[in-house]
Amino acid sequence: MQLLPLLASLAGGLLIGAASLGLLALSGRVAGISGIVGGLLPPQRGDLDWRLGFLAGLLGGGLLLQALVGLPDGVSGSRAVLIVGGLLVGFGTRLGNGCTSGHGVCGIGRASPRSFAAVLTFMSFGFLTVFLTRHMFGGLL
Amino acid sequence: MRSVLIAFACGLVFALGLGLSGMVDPRNVLAFLDLAGAWEPNLMLVLGGAVGVYALGARQVLAWPRPWDGLRFQLPTRRKLDPRLLIGAAMFGVGWGLTGLCPGPALVGFVGGSADIWIFVAAMLVGMAGFSLFNRVAPAR
Repeated sequence: MQLLPLLASLAGGLLIGAASLGLLALSGRVAGISGIVGGLLPPQRGDLDWRLGFLAGLLGGGLLLQALVGLPDGVSGSRAVLIVGGLLVGFGTRLGNGCTSGHGVCGIGRASPRSFAAVLTFMSFGFLTVFLTRHMFGGLL
Repeated sequence: MRSVLIAFACGLVFALGLGLSGMVDPRNVLAFLDLAGAWEPNLMLVLGGAVGVYALGARQVLAWPRPWDGLRFQLPTRRKLDPRLLIGAAMFGVGWGLTGLCPGPALVGFVGGSADIWIFVAAMLVGMAGFSLFNRVAPAR
């Protein structure tokens, strides 16, 4: 295990925490990506501009990353898996009121019991899914 | 306008944190979820760093009468665990494990030009919009 990637992970985590804390301190909002984006579908009057602003920041950050270090050029897995995965992530995060950011960072950071339960659940199902696809039915997907 | 700029800045820093941490690359996420393979613990540091900053800061911030640019803090009010939370988190976990993508990294990666990520994001947005329809037919109690 190398030290540099570990330090980068920690530093990246600190930045994510700072950005989420910034949104709480400045605007009083939870920095949950699925909630922020899901709230645009459908758009609600009077609640649009800050959501679009955050989304523009995410995409702008992506452009910066692309220029500086590059972004991943693909995902392993067939298109069918990407579509099923995307549908599950979209519907599931809305049904469960949050994803890795809203529950994982902001919810755990506020010691919310619902977020602890959600994170335990999605991590467990993530571990299980990778185990099944990589070690039990490898190559089928 | 100020609220939009705040959201934009937070989204931008959030994206840079995702990039620095390696979370934007689904291969890193899948390596973390692959307990039975060559397990990469880096994501624990990302989450630990983010939660640490958020937890320490939120304790101070939530003692303020209101956020810097807002009338009140807008936090989730539901406290109880319910089937929606757990089923939604489970669905999200399966989609996360199938692809290595969750909403934040997928949106940041969207600008990298990968057709795989475009397909995932399109499916994710369909899933979110699908939830809005579902929630109209069967609203949460």
